[in-house]
Amino acid sequence: MFVNNDVKNAMAMEERHVIKLSDPDHPVILSTEDLHVYYGKKEALFEGDLEFASNQISALIGPSGSGKSTYLRSLNRMNDRIATVTGKIMYRGVDINQPSIDVYEMRRRVGMVFQRPNPFAKSIYDNIAFALRLRGVTGKHKLDEIVETSLKQAALWDQVKDDLNKSALALSGGQAQRLCIARAIAIKPDILLLDEPASALDPVSTGQLEDTLLSLKEHYTIIIVTHNMQQAARISEYTAFFNQGRVLEYDTTSHIFTNPSVQVTSDYVSGNFG
Amino acid sequence: MNSKTQNKIAIGGLYGIAGLVVLILLALLGYILASGVPQLSWHFLTAPGKAFLKGGGVGIQLYNSFYLLILAMLISFPIALGAAIYLYEYAKDNWVTTTIRTAIEILSSLPSVVVGLFGFLFFVVKLHLGFSILSGAFALTFFNLPLLTRSIEDSLRTISDVQREGGLALGLSRWETVTRVILPAAVPSILTGVILSAGRVFGEAAALIYTAGQSAPALDFTDWNPFNISSPLNPMRPAETLAVHIWKINSEGIMPDAKAISSGSSAVLVIAILLFNFAARYLGKRLYKRLTSA
Repeated sequence: MFVNNDVKNAMAMEERHVIKLSDPDHPVILSTEDLHVYYGKKEALFEGDLEFASNQISALIGPSGSGKSTYLRSLNRMNDRIATVTGKIMYRGVDINQPSIDVYEMRRRVGMVFQRPNPFAKSIYDNIAFALRLRGVTGKHKLDEIVETSLKQAALWDQVKDDLNKSALALSGGQAQRLCIARAIAIKPDILLLDEPASALDPVSTGQLEDTLLSLKEHYTIIIVTHNMQQAARISEYTAFFNQGRVLEYDTTSHIFTNPSVQVTSDYVSGNFG
Repeated sequence: MNSKTQNKIAIGGLYGIAGLVVLILLALLGYILASGVPQLSWHFLTAPGKAFLKGGGVGIQLYNSFYLLILAMLISFPIALGAAIYLYEYAKDNWVTTTIRTAIEILSSLPSVVVGLFGFLFFVVKLHLGFSILSGAFALTFFNLPLLTRSIEDSLRTISDVQREGGLALGLSRWETVTRVILPAAVPSILTGVILSAGRVFGEAAALIYTAGQSAPALDFTDWNPFNISSPLNPMRPAETLAVHIWKINSEGIMPDAKAISSGSSAVLVIAILLFNFAARYLGKRLYKRLTSA
C-alpha cells in the first residue's frame, strides 16, 4: 500500500505521549519549547518539548540517529557552530537559546560530560583547577578544597589522592570519565548533561559511574543520554523516548518500561528494534 | 607463477629500492663527512675568513647563520602560529580559507631563488634595507612561513576534537580553549615542526645571496651595541651565512685552500642540520612523555 511521508508523519504525530511535570518537591528547572535542529538544510530534530525536574535524573533513550544526542547538545548550545537551533530553551525562566545570552557563562551552569572520556593533557589536579583559576578562584587552600570535594563527589578521591600531580592521561577509562565528571562539577553547575558517558566503559566502571550519578542528584539535575535501557531503568526518574527526530513518549521511567502508552516505545523497550 | 613467489619477488624488489635509497644517502653523507671532518678544528670554526691566503676559518659565517636563523624564527613563528590557529581553530571552510590554503601551497613550492630575488627588489632596493641581516631575515620569513604554518596546523589537527568540546563545556571561550587546552597539548609536535623547519632555514642559500649578501665583514665580539657596525648584533650589516659561503667559494673562491674550506663548511652545515633533527626528535619525545605520564 502506498503511504506518503506526510501521512506517515501525521500518524506518528498522533501517537505521542508527553507528560507535563507537576512535582512540587522537584520543580521544573529546564524546559524546551518547539525545538528544531537543522544540520545545514537537513532537519535532525523535528520537535522536542520536554520539561526536566530539578535534582532528578532524566534519561533520553532511543535508537541511533533518533536525535537524542542532538537534543542534549542543543541544551548547552554545544551545537552552535555546526547546527541551527530554533525554539526556546527555558532555564530558570530565561530563554538561553537567544544570541544575547553569554554562552560561556551559561555553560558554567549547564555542564557536560561526553561519550569518550576527554581529560586534558595536564595533571589530575590541574584538570580540575585550571578552569577555576581562569574564573578568578585563586589561593592554594581554596583550590585544594574544591579539587578534593569534586573528586570525592565523583568517587575518585580515594584512588588518586596520592597522585594528584600525575598526568590525567595515565588514568583508566572509568577513572578518566569520573575525572571528567569531577571537572564538570567543580565549577558548580546547576545541571549536568551526560552524553552516553558509560558507552566506552567496562561493566564494573559503568556500575561505579551509575552509583556516582545517583549520589550526585542530591546536588545536581542530571540529564543523561544512554543506549543502555537497563541503565535508564536503574538510575532515572523520568525517561524520554526519541525516534526519528521526535520525542514519542515522555513519562516516569517506570511507566515507560512497564506500561508504555505508545506502540513504538513498547517495541523499542522490549527489544524489537533499535 | 603463484601468489607466494609473486609476493617474494615484490618484497625483494621493494627491499632493493629501499636499499638503493639508503645507499645513495649514506654515500653522499659519508663523502661530505669524510672530506670535511678532517678540516675541522677549533681554529676553523672560530677564525674569520681570509680572501687571498690559506688558513681562513668560517667563524663569522657560522655565527651569522645562527643569528639569521634566530631572527627569521622570531619573525616567522608568531605569524605562522597566528595563521595556523586562525585557519584550523576559527575559520570556517569557505572560499576565503580555500584561497589562503592555496596561497600557502603555492608559496611553499616557490623556488627559493625567486624568494631571494623578490627579497632583493623589495627589501633591499625598495625599502632601502640594503644587503643586511634584516633583509635576509624577511626573505627567510617568506620562505619559511608557508611550511611552518602548515606544520603548526597539522600539529593542531592531531589534537582530538573532544578536547575542544571539553574546554567549551567548562564555559571556556574558544580563545581560552585554544590557549589553555589545545596549545599546551600540541607543544611537543609544534616544537618538532619548528626545529625541523629551522634546519631547512639554516641550510638555505639561494634566498640569502641577494638579500643578506655575500660578504662577511669582521665582527668585534666584545661590542654588543647593536648600533655599531662591527657589532655581532647589528641587524643592518651584510652577513654571509655558511650555506652562502659554500656557494661562493665554490664559484669564485680564490684562496689556495678553497676546496678544503668548502668541504669543511659543508661538513659543519650537515652536522648542524643533523643535530637539529636529532634535537627535534629528542625534545618532542621528552615533552610528550612529560605531558602524558609524568
